[in-house]
Amino acid sequence: MKPTTRQRLFRGVLYLIFVIALVAVVMVADWDAIQTNFLDLDVVTEAFPAIILTAAKNTIVYTLIAFVGGLILGLILALMKLSPVAPYRWVSTIYIETFRGLPAILVIFGFAFAVPIAFSWNPPGGSTGAGLLGLIMVSAAYIAETIRAGIQAVPKGQVEAARSLGMRPSWTLFSVVLPQAFRIITPPLTNELVIIIKDTSLLFVAGMALLDRDLTTFARDLSSQTANSTPLILAALMYLIITLPLTQLVAKLERHNQRGR
Amino acid sequence: MTEPRANTAMSSIPAIQVNQLHKSFGDNEVLTGIDFHVDQGEVVCVIGPSGSGKSTLLRCVNRLEEPTKGTIVVEGVDITDKETDLDRVRTRIGMVFQQFNLFPHLNVLDNLTLAQRRAKKRSKKEAREVAMKNLTKVGLEHKADAFPAQLSGGQQQRVAIARALSMDPDMMLFDEPTSALDPELVGDVLEVMKQLALEGMTMMVVTHEMGFAREVGDRVVFMDGGVVVEQGKPEDVLGNPQHERTISFLSKVL
Repeated sequence: MKPTTRQRLFRGVLYLIFVIALVAVVMVADWDAIQTNFLDLDVVTEAFPAIILTAAKNTIVYTLIAFVGGLILGLILALMKLSPVAPYRWVSTIYIETFRGLPAILVIFGFAFAVPIAFSWNPPGGSTGAGLLGLIMVSAAYIAETIRAGIQAVPKGQVEAARSLGMRPSWTLFSVVLPQAFRIITPPLTNELVIIIKDTSLLFVAGMALLDRDLTTFARDLSSQTANSTPLILAALMYLIITLPLTQLVAKLERHNQRGR
Repeated sequence: MTEPRANTAMSSIPAIQVNQLHKSFGDNEVLTGIDFHVDQGEVVCVIGPSGSGKSTLLRCVNRLEEPTKGTIVVEGVDITDKETDLDRVRTRIGMVFQQFNLFPHLNVLDNLTLAQRRAKKRSKKEAREVAMKNLTKVGLEHKADAFPAQLSGGQQQRVAIARALSMDPDMMLFDEPTSALDPELVGDVLEVMKQLALEGMTMMVVTHEMGFAREVGDRVVFMDGGVVVEQGKPEDVLGNPQHERTISFLSKVL
């Protein structure tokens, strides 16, 4: 048997197994039950428009707050970690190791309940705001490491060129190093953003007012109200509708940046 | 090349004066007591085997390397003094690197205007005009909107020269400016440098281009093992070297 024939045969068998498995799953599944439980049109009509106007909107707002907050705090932490001043490095390292090591849900819970008590302070946005603060803290730890790697990936010659032109360290950082670092870390940063989108579903542990509910919380509540799982499917679709264009956008951005490499 | 150049009023102070310069990287002493100077309007070519410390010397002159010991005086200002505003001094010292080091995220024009606007506080319009003047000088005015990645190595290096010139420096440092170039691209860069020298620019050039040193240099300095071994007129050092190490080096490269 010729190698190409053998290869083709092997691939054919694989496809066959796949098709058989698919047919088996389709035949075994109880389609009536699936339709009543997961694709109930009455429940769908009930979910709209709140699932978009409230739930999806909240998820996007929480994501933006957590990402921007995490980006700012993460940048500060990354710069501290690269600082020649040892105590800055220590603080940054301790912070990053701590918040990367803890489950996000625990930090959100802690911020939502412990912070208002410990500091006799009610964060803006109530317990959801406090929970968001926790999410910012966690994202910052991950983002800091990403930014640090990006800064270190910018060739040393770039800094030397800028300094030799008389540019001060801060100008060099903001006009030369960071723009290049952020181009380098666009893919991992997108990853962080997608993770944050999904992690906003953990905010429910902070306890949410009805109008503050994110996609997952909204869907779970509606699901138990209607004793039907359709809202969960809807929520899943909403997440994909949010994340897919986003990753497309970033891919486009990356191609655009290629000319500046 | 021996006609008197411009700047007679200031030519009493050397552009660069290096006294007893030592530089170590850890245990490795790269410069072991260098005395060196460049006069106003002079073109000094520094040659020597790799590891001789010539690039380190050049990088010390604008303090990209921190000297371990010794003083460096640029136009009468001691740049090893902690009080000296280094960024200000650096705007008067243009530097050209072996690897060009253009800013890849900016187009050619922005590469040339960034430091002018930041460090020289020039208006956008003025910075642009200066940039275009210098791009024309290096023959690349038509590449103002290009990104560095779209240029050949030789073009990138000419842009890098134009970028340094846009700060209106009093002197230019060249760190092996043609070593990273394909052989057929070297000529254009050397031509630009020669033009600069003819205009009376003070230049310190670390190079392996003996032809350039001979033709354009006012003085050639041969370094080996962290010291200046021999220096003098190009025809003397290159044509009739006195020191044994110079003879041995030149026999390998010429």
